[in-house]
Amino acid sequence: MEKFEKFTGIVAGLDRANVDTDAIIPKQYLKSIKKSGFGPNLFDDWRYLDPGEPGKDNAERRVNPDFMLNRVPYKHAQILLARENFACGSSREHAVWALMDFGFKVVIAPSYADIFYNNSFKNGFLPIILTTNLIEQLFLELHNARDYQLSVDLERQVVSNENGIEMTFEVDEFRRHCLLNGLDDIGLTMQHAETIKTFEEQYYARSPWLK
Amino acid sequence: MAGKTLYDKLWELHQVRCEDDGTALLYIDRHLLHEVTSPQAFEGLELANRPLWRKQSIVAVPDHNIPTIGLELGITDPVAKLQVDTLDSNCDKYGLTEFKMGDHRQGIVHVIGPEQGATLPGMTVVCGDSHTSTHGAFAALAFGIGTSEVEHVMATQCLIQKKSKNMRVSVNGKVSAGVTAKDIVLHIIGEIGTAGGTGHTIEFAGEAIADLSMEGRMTVCNMTIEGGARAGLIACDQSTLDYVKGRPFSPRGENWNKAIAMWRDLHSDADAVFDLEVVVDAKDIAPQVTWGTSPEMVCSINQAIPDPANEADLVKSGGMQKALDYMGLQANTPIEQVYLDKIFIGSCTNARIEDLRAAAIVAQGRKVADNIMLAMVVPGSRLIKQQAESEGLDRIFLEAGFEWREPGCSMCLAMNEDRLDPGERCASTSNRNFEGRQGQGGRTHLVSPAMAAAAAVFGHFVDVREL
Repeated sequence: MEKFEKFTGIVAGLDRANVDTDAIIPKQYLKSIKKSGFGPNLFDDWRYLDPGEPGKDNAERRVNPDFMLNRVPYKHAQILLARENFACGSSREHAVWALMDFGFKVVIAPSYADIFYNNSFKNGFLPIILTTNLIEQLFLELHNARDYQLSVDLERQVVSNENGIEMTFEVDEFRRHCLLNGLDDIGLTMQHAETIKTFEEQYYARSPWLK
Repeated sequence: MAGKTLYDKLWELHQVRCEDDGTALLYIDRHLLHEVTSPQAFEGLELANRPLWRKQSIVAVPDHNIPTIGLELGITDPVAKLQVDTLDSNCDKYGLTEFKMGDHRQGIVHVIGPEQGATLPGMTVVCGDSHTSTHGAFAALAFGIGTSEVEHVMATQCLIQKKSKNMRVSVNGKVSAGVTAKDIVLHIIGEIGTAGGTGHTIEFAGEAIADLSMEGRMTVCNMTIEGGARAGLIACDQSTLDYVKGRPFSPRGENWNKAIAMWRDLHSDADAVFDLEVVVDAKDIAPQVTWGTSPEMVCSINQAIPDPANEADLVKSGGMQKALDYMGLQANTPIEQVYLDKIFIGSCTNARIEDLRAAAIVAQGRKVADNIMLAMVVPGSRLIKQQAESEGLDRIFLEAGFEWREPGCSMCLAMNEDRLDPGERCASTSNRNFEGRQGQGGRTHLVSPAMAAAAAVFGHFVDVREL
């Protein structure tokens, strides 16, 4: 996993609550057995006016000109501003892969569904939680600006705007450490292999029907 | 010191180690796999050259892409076929238990796990699928995980977890006739909201829950995730033991006696303290119908579609209006006046034998209404299909004009050929009414099997209590 470095990026907004992972990446694209290539179909039902299928050339589809990610400069956005309970529903990690494949590194929302939140960190993708009031303010700033950018510094746990106004956020210390150092969860757990084996011996002695 | 909740007990049984900040390693007993969320995990293992920690913990089954008609042709979509073939070849390569397409034990992963006794009380059960919460009906700690975690469990038999908070939803008293497990859980989601259980494990309790069959309990736990909680739980009781006994993967003989001695403790202590308590009165629950694009957008059959103008929260009222626009509905319309195009009876929520029986009782001696283009019944597994046929349910459905299909996830998420066309309206016994869930532009109303069957024969929603 790549280390999470601080950066400044263009912000795109998705102004609706309870955006589900079916909307982030529709089911037909889940047939892929790869982790890459989902970006062109991120938010497919909202981005295009005609139905999409795997293998179909997106260049030949009718794009929805009203959808933010189809417009400059948001086509190059790296930060997604969203509302409550972002990415609820299906556990599909393809949702994280699609956001990342599009170019997003961070999403900022007041709250997330648990599975998506968890999946994000496994891929070096940062879901930032800010208060509903701050999110409201950011949507306002985004609405009033052209080429709206924010800076994200995970080391200091700070999001800042172009005027230097800083907003701090909380991240679990273990997850922050893994992101900043690009650490692989499995490798970390394997360091405890002996502990797991000892646990298993006691566990199956106690619950022999599970052995 | 306060007593322990069921969740506390399950957690303690499986905690391998814990850091000072609460980051723990949790041991996993049962790992269920399907074709959609596992290929990248197998690939990851191979790239890192890591072995599988405990092969016998895995039970795999293809379900999402399986066609429900014309099985003799196999899977005709080459992309879907590759995904199912990849699961088959991965399972063959590692020597894993898999119920392949055509196997008499094949079906929806959350149906076949309990059916085979692969889900047992006291277990931790995971699967790369959010509806893994289903298995919590057996007093098992069961939750959906992403593909990275699928790989993590394959490699280490553990997950890195922090303990959730404890939440209890008590449904006190008895439900009235015609009100089912589906109505109970939809009503609860309507009360707590689609994020109401986020960060919590929900234990369902109370007389109305204890009265449910295991099938009904699975329906309730299945939809826990639609209320935001990854895991739902119901205490182990005699119904649990009766269901589990004698199944292929269930313990036998001396092991059975040892197991039930432990399982009998799988309930929350009387003095256990929950972080959040919700109490619902069972007699307040009527048959439910969702009207919007989130499972929390739900009303009783005798109610009208709510008006966004009456919602003070602007984000919420905006969301309601978007949902009405997408659904092609007007606020204040009585839900009984909503006409349907298609009917889907199936999914990991409602495709078990009891669900099919409930739908068949309504369908018997009636005909699917003329305005219904397609009414399909998709059993949850091949064994359920067999059971239903031995009871003559297939004939009841066929005579009424329903299609009787082969098992699979089918139109719950429309990964196979079964889907809605843009603008089509469906009464569905599945779990998600999200935009496009059953096909791009499709409009989904979630209901119980009896309500879906009634909508099929009347062409619009009706109150099953009045039939």
